[in-house]
Amino acid sequence: MLLNQFLILAAAMFSLGIYGLLVRRNIVLILLSVELMLAAVNINLIAFEAVLRTSDAIGQVFAVFVITVAAAEVGIGLAIVLMIFRNRKSANVDELDLMRW
Amino acid sequence: MSFADWIGAPVNWVFLVVGFLTLLSALKVVTAKNVVHAALFLVAALGGTAVLFLMLSAEFVAWVVVLVYIGAVLVLFLFGIMITRAPTGKDVGLDSPNKLLPALLSGATFLLLGWASLDAFGTTEIADLGEATSTEVLGLALLGRFVIPFEVVSFILLAALIGGVTIARRDLSPLEEEQRGAV
Repeated sequence: MLLNQFLILAAAMFSLGIYGLLVRRNIVLILLSVELMLAAVNINLIAFEAVLRTSDAIGQVFAVFVITVAAAEVGIGLAIVLMIFRNRKSANVDELDLMRW
Repeated sequence: MSFADWIGAPVNWVFLVVGFLTLLSALKVVTAKNVVHAALFLVAALGGTAVLFLMLSAEFVAWVVVLVYIGAVLVLFLFGIMITRAPTGKDVGLDSPNKLLPALLSGATFLLLGWASLDAFGTTEIADLGEATSTEVLGLALLGRFVIPFEVVSFILLAALIGGVTIARRDLSPLEEEQRGAV
């Protein structure tokens, strides 16, 4: 196995995440795209760990941290989405232009 | 290492199949017209990454992905989709009409990242992995060398929990608050 096959797969996944982030208009779908990008980052961490074989498995430890922070992000993100939806009756980001001048 | 050598290794066949399915699901996550389908394709994409983690001998992280992402986060997403009454059928207005610029930008990102990794790690091989990283090693690292970051992350989770409840709670109207105070 080459290291690059994993890195390029992760790069493709990250780019798809960027595409989704920019194209989607529903907030929940934007959060889904962010999850894709975080998963791509995790692939990179694990692949580098498999090459370097650090004694403390640092790459895997950091992948666990990324997963934890991602879980917190989804929790807070969906709470915000819920509140916005309750106040504005919409989950479409194009309609959320209250703070635009 | 020639291409014939690469394709000859069975593990690379597994990689090709899993990687293809993962990328296909990832593509469907960002293009699906149906919101629920997009969330379910994310399950497939994350399942694919879990298999890749297993191939890279990261067993514990692979099962954490399955438990946390596929088990909990996806349920949260489906809950979010249902509660915001996002149109669960086909919806043409789901995507922004300008798709060209995002597609160009993501293509450019892919080319840049791909070029950078090809340039930096040309034929770096992942040596025979042997035994999978044991949970013991990870546990000792988490509670030894990385105990401060570990505690910080736990605190972030606690803050997210409290913040989530506070943000999502419905504010009481002044009348309701008065009634509550009277009881």
